[in-house]
Amino acid sequence: MFSALNIRIGFYLAKRQIKRSNPWTTTLIIFVMFFTFINLVVVSGILVGLIQGAVDAVKLHYMSDVVVSTLPDKSYIENSPEVVSIIKSLPEVEAMTARYVQGGKIEANYKTKIKDTDKSDIANGSITGIDPEDEDKVTNLSKFLIEGKYLEHGDYDQVILGAYLLKKYMPVDSPGFTTLSNVSVGSKIRITVGNITREVTVKGIVKAKVDEVSMRVYMPDDQIRSLIGRNDYNVSEIAIKLKKGVSPEYVRDIIKSNGVDKVGKVQTFTEGKPKFITDMQNTFALLGNILSSIGLVVASITIFIVIFINAITRRKFIGILKGIGINEQAIEISYILQSFFYALCGSVIGIIVLYAFLQPAIAAHPIDFPFSDGILVAPVSGTIFRVGLLMFTTIVAGFIPARLVVRKNTLDSILGRK
Amino acid sequence: MIEVKNLIKSFEDGDTITQVLKGIDFRAETGEFIAIMGRSGAGKSTLLYQMSLLDEPTSGEVIIDGKDTSLLSIEEKTKFRLRELGYVFQDYALLPELSALENVALPLLMQDISEAEAYQKAREHLAKVGLEKRLNNLPSKLSGGEQQRVSIARAIAHDPKILFADEPTANLDNESSRMIMEIFKGLHKEGQTIVMVTHEPEYSKIAERVIRLDDGRIVSIEKN
Repeated sequence: MFSALNIRIGFYLAKRQIKRSNPWTTTLIIFVMFFTFINLVVVSGILVGLIQGAVDAVKLHYMSDVVVSTLPDKSYIENSPEVVSIIKSLPEVEAMTARYVQGGKIEANYKTKIKDTDKSDIANGSITGIDPEDEDKVTNLSKFLIEGKYLEHGDYDQVILGAYLLKKYMPVDSPGFTTLSNVSVGSKIRITVGNITREVTVKGIVKAKVDEVSMRVYMPDDQIRSLIGRNDYNVSEIAIKLKKGVSPEYVRDIIKSNGVDKVGKVQTFTEGKPKFITDMQNTFALLGNILSSIGLVVASITIFIVIFINAITRRKFIGILKGIGINEQAIEISYILQSFFYALCGSVIGIIVLYAFLQPAIAAHPIDFPFSDGILVAPVSGTIFRVGLLMFTTIVAGFIPARLVVRKNTLDSILGRK
Repeated sequence: MIEVKNLIKSFEDGDTITQVLKGIDFRAETGEFIAIMGRSGAGKSTLLYQMSLLDEPTSGEVIIDGKDTSLLSIEEKTKFRLRELGYVFQDYALLPELSALENVALPLLMQDISEAEAYQKAREHLAKVGLEKRLNNLPSKLSGGEQQRVSIARAIAHDPKILFADEPTANLDNESSRMIMEIFKGLHKEGQTIVMVTHEPEYSKIAERVIRLDDGRIVSIEKN
């Protein structure tokens, strides 16, 4: 079928048919193919990007590149000061933050309680002790302040509250999840860790699209040490930010080789990210693929209709071509090439719009989803694959109607019979 | 040389079978000009379509230069039409998106002739029919007579053994019709075998023989 001569004649016919067709019709078809491409790449890219935005946020604002956490049977990382000094000595490390994390209760409005039997305004959260400067260098925590001021060294009995612990930012009241009412900067709250309760003042409120940030109570590390009586300086987690271009796996291995894996779990972000994130990534990628498949079917139906109408309305001329001795395959190739042209133009315009405008624009102004700042994920390899898929589908969708019409009886086509 | 033996063509429409050609026999020699005449529905065009391999006869044989064309496959028939036969249709049958030059060059290109050579031949044949100044015009920019001349140029550009013409002047005014007939005359003088369907007695006179059909049968073969 694809002899050089047939391709040559097919190309000759296709070129002239496209060149001399109605420019508005051609523009419309290319427009449809462009939107099909966008549907294929951008819709799934946004779906994946929605989760990628959440993943990036967890990495940037909580876990960073490498994280050392407690072993399963321990509540802290043993010999933490030694581990911290090992990490700090590595030239690949840009910054690190060591955190004391303890489950606790936060109580508000206890002063307005009239009777002991009145219901207490209590929420559960993680009480996190940090070095404010170190934490800020790693996670930019101060940038997420929506009320009040950030912590400083020497702050005494002052905390920063995660917004999701407050009713005004998280108006959800479900069993097992309670939030605090009427708490703002300057409010007094009580924090209870184990049997120890301390009254503290709310210095600021942070809100990020990462639950681990927005559901914590932050206080200076020296304050939590005194609260929980931890004098050995052993922390619960260490987040490590690496210099640009450094491989997290490489640093993980160095840290492990220094014996840190005996006292804590050393993981890269990819290894340590919560499983539900991976599950959601896979789920949304699957959803994206389903939507892409539907888009592909729509594209193939569109091109099928376009080529079928084109071929049917040109049935007489197809008959004439056959009548004067033009090979059927050459005629079919001319329609395949026309389909290819439409898909190629739509894809090229789509690629330009995608990489020159859409992706940079969405990267600069992420889509504000409730739980993430959605970006557009469109890796070149995936785009090339989808373009290939679109081309293939289009070619098949162009070939079938052309074949249906070309195979009709030559004389019937010329005379317009049947 | 073209020979038609006991050619029968029937059309089925449900249970009804209509026999349009009822056993046609005749023979045209190389270089001969045959006119086929008859009233509407006599089977003139149907006979031409069977002879020119555009249609399959129900039975009978069409033998061209000793070759029984009923033995050819569809693809072989297409190739045969491309190399050995030329067509002039009543409604010109030009491809609307190709210029006059491209319309004529296309069958030549299909014969694997280089583009330069095909275009040169096409130019020569368009000049032969007086259209050397309308080479790049699309059919929509040409008059009916000019379109028919392009159609003739396309039909003869590859030097076919037989030129078939189906009422080539039916859609033309008198002046254009005369011009077309002059071209046919000239081609015949050059030795071209021509089989032409016409309902114009005046134009049938330029043929050497006139075959008259009525109700699917030859009723007379007259020499001019």
